Amino acid sequence: MVDVPYDARADAPPAEVPEVELYHPRSWWTQYVFSQDAKVIAIQYSLTASAIGLVALVLSWLMRLQLGFPGTFSFIDASQYLQFITMHGMIMVIYLLTALFLGGFGNYLIPLMVGARDMVFPYVNMLSYWIYLLAVLVLASTFFVPGGPTGAGWTLYPPQAVLSGTPGQDWGIVLMLVSLILFIIGFTMGGLNYVVTVLQARTRGMTLMRMPLTVWGIFTATVMALLAFPALFVASVMMLFDRLLGTSFFMPALVEMGQQMKYGGGSPILFQHLFWFFGHPEVYIVALPAFGIVSDLISTHARKNIFGYRMMVWAIVGIGALSFVVWAHHMYVSGMHPKFGFFFATTTLIIAIPTAIKVYNWVLTLWRGDIHLTVPMLFALGFIITFVNGGLTGLFLGNVVVDVPLSDTMFVVAHFHMVMGVAPIMVVLGAIYHWYPKVTGRMLDDWMGKFHFWVTFLGAYLIFFPMHYIGLLGVPRRYHDIGEAAFIPSSTHTLNAFITVMALIVGFAQMVFLFNLVWSLFRGRPSGGNPWRATTLEWQTPETPPGHGNWGKELPVVYRWAYDYSVPGAAQDFIPQNQPRTTPAVQGAAP
Amino acid sequence: MVVALILLLVAVGSVLFHIYSPWWWTPIATNWSYIDHTISITFWITGAVFFAVIAFMAYCVFRFHHKEGRRAAYNPENKKLEWWLTIGTAVGVGAMLAPGLVVWHQFVTVPADATEIEVMGQQWQWSFRLPGKDGRMGTTNVRNISPENPMGLNRDDPNGQDDVVIDSGDLHLPIGKPVKVLLRSLDVLHNFYVPEFRAKMDMVPGMVTYFWMTPIRTGTFDVLCAELCGVAHAQMRAKVIVQEVSEYHAWLETQKTFAELSGRNAVTKATYKSGGK
Repeated sequence: MVDVPYDARADAPPAEVPEVELYHPRSWWTQYVFSQDAKVIAIQYSLTASAIGLVALVLSWLMRLQLGFPGTFSFIDASQYLQFITMHGMIMVIYLLTALFLGGFGNYLIPLMVGARDMVFPYVNMLSYWIYLLAVLVLASTFFVPGGPTGAGWTLYPPQAVLSGTPGQDWGIVLMLVSLILFIIGFTMGGLNYVVTVLQARTRGMTLMRMPLTVWGIFTATVMALLAFPALFVASVMMLFDRLLGTSFFMPALVEMGQQMKYGGGSPILFQHLFWFFGHPEVYIVALPAFGIVSDLISTHARKNIFGYRMMVWAIVGIGALSFVVWAHHMYVSGMHPKFGFFFATTTLIIAIPTAIKVYNWVLTLWRGDIHLTVPMLFALGFIITFVNGGLTGLFLGNVVVDVPLSDTMFVVAHFHMVMGVAPIMVVLGAIYHWYPKVTGRMLDDWMGKFHFWVTFLGAYLIFFPMHYIGLLGVPRRYHDIGEAAFIPSSTHTLNAFITVMALIVGFAQMVFLFNLVWSLFRGRPSGGNPWRATTLEWQTPETPPGHGNWGKELPVVYRWAYDYSVPGAAQDFIPQNQPRTTPAVQGAAP
Repeated sequence: MVVALILLLVAVGSVLFHIYSPWWWTPIATNWSYIDHTISITFWITGAVFFAVIAFMAYCVFRFHHKEGRRAAYNPENKKLEWWLTIGTAVGVGAMLAPGLVVWHQFVTVPADATEIEVMGQQWQWSFRLPGKDGRMGTTNVRNISPENPMGLNRDDPNGQDDVVIDSGDLHLPIGKPVKVLLRSLDVLHNFYVPEFRAKMDMVPGMVTYFWMTPIRTGTFDVLCAELCGVAHAQMRAKVIVQEVSEYHAWLETQKTFAELSGRNAVTKATYKSGGK
């Protein structure tokens, strides 16, 4: 027998498509402003989303001031309160979280994590950002138009949204719908890019089942968004017609303030179906990237492979698919056919099973790990607690008959803030602490980070956990002032004041974080290329921050899955994905 | 280990808050205590899972936090464990869903002897309508709405002549009699919400929605609107008064019928004779 030397490259399956030529910027403008580089676009998306997110944060302070101390602040009246909740909700769900997870993290991480030089369609990617920016500007402009922004609630239910009893009926609602339409156009351009890049531009050896869960989460969420947003698009266009042209898609015959209106024949419930056909997948469009990212944070900082990788992938895909058949659980008391309740309660509770599997696998990854309590790990732990809490209260609201007394109360507000507000934002913050060194080459300050974590996590928990009980008592949501009601004890007002104080404190802790972001950019400790000693490709770039084209002369080749931490017999407690095996891969071993 | 301790305290604190919370559901006033029972089952199951997961996580942080020389185990999958957890979760979910669906079946099955009454919402007030002595309500049309006919009854419908129209005032209900509450709106979405009743439903312009219930205790309860309906949403209030049957009838006698309101006394009397029992 001749001893043939082992060629590791032969183990790596070939890439889907050969490398294509990269677009190179020719001036400062095309390098930093009208850039086609996904990393620059990612930062543009993130900064824009954070800026409008700060507006939403201030709005939340204003509405909490009103709820905690009703009547004290003469500058907040009922109309403004409704405008604040509407804009806060819409900004947080769509313009902050969706844009940040997909436009921000998606753009930065997908090409780097799958070993591509850039997105597949860089020009379309650039357009995506500029249309998104336009959508944000149109949205922000509603604060300055006559009548102000719409106060229809973020769900924009007609007929209320287009009638005169709701603030912002002149301009606010029109510009809101235009902004949503723009957002969807911009998102579709970016979204197509993320999907095609994951499917077509993975480097040699990066099979689908070797991708980090971050990429799986963002990829699945983007596919869902491409299928779900069209429903909102259609609903927005139709409502715009109802408002501007006097059509009756969602408007039945009605009498407004004693006046017979010319509408007739439309269906308000049809809008709700369209809205939630988008709106429920939207919850998972925010949650799935968070699921993926947090899996990688936990694995990296516990120095242990993610437990049950294949089950985790199938859970992501399964949740994504199931989330398209649960939408009407938002409509149990809408007046839709009561028999729908049986179907939608069943599908909704079934979705708890793959979701629970993910939670088990996160905590089982901690079991017998080597847990480094870094700031990203702390945020990951905070995510698990808030997500488990919010997920379990979802079992109340998903179970149709339990939802009847609780729907439209503060219980719902507490539930969705815990599960799709606090929990994903825990992941966003943890992810920023985790990847900031790759983006800037410097570490964020640890002491400020820990302060930021504890105030944010404990504060947010103290805001939203007690809020469930105000809802259980029966206090409705979207009330600027509960006023006199026999069933509400005076202690409720004390609790409301406490929640407001906590909200102010948590808000100010974010200012420490913003300061840290700026301060560390100049004064932070230099991080080197791979400060967390992580396995995934983005940490193996020749330069930090990664240069144009990411990889220098040659693309990396991938030989192993993303989770080779603490492999027995290995010299270090991590093996990067692009490190060749020294012996041929054995059938049946870890992917 | 401070971090592990704080995580455990969050779990313990949440349970203690739940036990000692002075904020709890209102004393129930209808037959829907089944709903409260289902919520209780859900609290027990989810509470146990919440505590177990967080306590386990806190233990992991306590037991496996980084120390010099520690190395994590290499443990990609454990099919058996994953399957058992999946099956256990499915059983827990079933234990909540099954009673939920049974109670929902009761909720959507209106008893044959339920009396129909009507609640109508508009920005930002409530109107109520009770069937007269014939026990039946007349038809309505939104195009009939006018200051003289605030609920839009059809003037030609004999069933409607003896209907009791309460344009501004409180709703009275007799105790112990099942009622089917028909819900209507003139303009935007509203929601007839009485916390003590547990049941609620949106009111949608262009259609009639409903729920049913049997009041089981007397008293005066606040009616709130639970679906955002514009700027005065929070002020859209009324009262519902549940009374003993005799008191209820005494009150009903004093109310004006639709025909009386529209100046057609003769017709009223005729209808009293021909309709009903």
